[in-house]
Amino acid sequence: MTEILDLVISSAFWIAVLRIATPLILGTLGVLLCERAGVLNLGIEGIMVAGAFSGWLAVYHGAGLWTGVLVAACVGGAFGLLHGFLTVVLALSQHVAGLGITLFATSLSYYAYRISFPKVNTPPTVTPFAPMQLLDGVPGIGAVLSAQTPLTLFALIIVPVIGYILYRTPVGLAVRMVGENPAAVEGQGISVTAVRIGAIVAGSALMGVAGAFLTLSAFNAFFFNMVNGRGWICVALVVFASWRPGKALLGAILFAAFDALQLRLQQSSGGVLPYQVYLMIPYVLSILALALVARKAAYPQALMKPYRRGER
Amino acid sequence: MSRLELRTRVPLAIAIIAPIAAVAFTLIACAGLIVWAGAPVGHAYVLLFDGAFGSRFAIAETLTRATPLILTGLAAAVAFRAHFYNIGAEGQLYLGALAAVAVAGGAISLPSALLFPLMIVAGAVAGGLFLLVPALAKTRLGVDEVVTTLLLNFIALLFVSMMLDGPMKDPLSMGWPQSVGIIPELTFGKLIERSRVHSGLIIAIVLAVVLWVVNARTTFGYEMRAVGANARAARFAGVSVNSVMLKTALLSGALAGLAGVGEVAGRAGYLTLDMSPGYGYSGIVIAMLAGLNPLGVVFAAVFVAGIIVGADSMSRAIAVPTYLADVIVAVSLLSMLVATMLARYKVRWS
Repeated sequence: MTEILDLVISSAFWIAVLRIATPLILGTLGVLLCERAGVLNLGIEGIMVAGAFSGWLAVYHGAGLWTGVLVAACVGGAFGLLHGFLTVVLALSQHVAGLGITLFATSLSYYAYRISFPKVNTPPTVTPFAPMQLLDGVPGIGAVLSAQTPLTLFALIIVPVIGYILYRTPVGLAVRMVGENPAAVEGQGISVTAVRIGAIVAGSALMGVAGAFLTLSAFNAFFFNMVNGRGWICVALVVFASWRPGKALLGAILFAAFDALQLRLQQSSGGVLPYQVYLMIPYVLSILALALVARKAAYPQALMKPYRRGER
Repeated sequence: MSRLELRTRVPLAIAIIAPIAAVAFTLIACAGLIVWAGAPVGHAYVLLFDGAFGSRFAIAETLTRATPLILTGLAAAVAFRAHFYNIGAEGQLYLGALAAVAVAGGAISLPSALLFPLMIVAGAVAGGLFLLVPALAKTRLGVDEVVTTLLLNFIALLFVSMMLDGPMKDPLSMGWPQSVGIIPELTFGKLIERSRVHSGLIIAIVLAVVLWVVNARTTFGYEMRAVGANARAARFAGVSVNSVMLKTALLSGALAGLAGVGEVAGRAGYLTLDMSPGYGYSGIVIAMLAGLNPLGVVFAAVFVAGIIVGADSMSRAIAVPTYLADVIVAVSLLSMLVATMLARYKVRWS
């Protein structure tokens, strides 16, 4: 027990937690934006793959790291635009369209990877974001923050920004309204279609950046299966966070803490249990978290309900 | 701005043209990718078609691939019809395969006449029970099944990996994570000489016909459709929505589990972690391409299997990555969705 306690107060542990949490924070916020506007986006898993690949490819071809992040955001936004066209304009099943986007974005990324590198066995690498050395020398939190890369800081800053936009600006009000009562928004002379598509594009751009974090910060190359269900976990985290940005941050960090703990236990207590048991923990936790909050989950009222003007 | 108006009935011409237009659009859109790879488009598509249907061997390979796809396609069609979004067919398939190996791997000594049906039932039950977990979580706790079934895929694969490293590992596999083999008397018979087509194909087609009858002609089929169309109305009409949901889940999971049984007992002979290249997820595409019709699933599965087998053979001949198959399948799903929607609605621009 004391071992775990020592671990939890060590800065090395929290450095790992923030690193694991970053793509989850960005992805969860992305899902949150879409769902707050009333649209489920199961494209996240594939959009993260596309963001991871396109951002990395741009940097590999000589673009700056931030340009790579921007490319990933644009690619994510483009897939979001497609999802918006299918689900908002054409009112297709959000489940199936989202899965279709995931299959499309994933297969397109893998195809493009194989075209770009036909005969490569070890993935080519780029120089990823370096730690910021922010607040270096300050004990505790300084050590934890210094080891982080700029994208983690971006993820931490974007949480209050999105919270502010959602709860304190007219745009945010419109986004929340189209997810609760689209007819009322239309009554205000605002286009439900435009607000929903805008929210999906913005959310999908964040998902793209979440993917780019993997190839440009956490690792330095693109691998097949590197997203590995992180997108689905984000979809679960949003429910756990009751669609609130602050709680999404907390949920992502809590989840990452368990994941980091699981990694350490796997290393320290090697051989006691098969390693697969430890790897299962994040997925089991996500399901348990969902079961815990499901009864009182306050889904946006218009989630998964397509809106057609003039129809009740 | 545009708005959609529901047609009172879809004209026959439009109902026929829509899927053809979707496939045509897909092939044209993916031609761009072939050009990008630097290959001649026409030649590439000819090679793809030849690789899928051009010879006796090609057809046999396509039918072999189609066997698990029919079953996972049925698993998705049954569940989606009742608006139960089972996206965990991949995990159910692996657990079905694992159960088949557990029964038929030589650990139990019973006459094969008894073990053979036991193996099939074990696979179906394993898949069904595994889906019962998220189904119960949905009916009892209100947990959305989409995310839970997705996450359970990862758990199932890790569990299978654990079993292949531990109790079910083949001691003669030289360290590869591979299960013990199905004993020869229990493997499925071959349908076509010198090919890999096995009797699992017959099982899959028979099940498709049975499900079509159940769907169209029985009370249970009617209840499943009613729950899918409008759960509230079905409840008022006296249908026990929860019980229909649970039965649907058992059925859907069992179908996916059977796909796993067919793969180990019919094709591979033993279980590995790369046995399924995403058959569970492709099943969803197939169900949608078939408009959730069980008989349509058979044809959609042969189409998707043909794309996969054909692209494999094409990429060996010219430098186009095999991932083209996955892109074609994904794009055909999206364009089929759009096509059927446009067929059902009139778009009115105002």
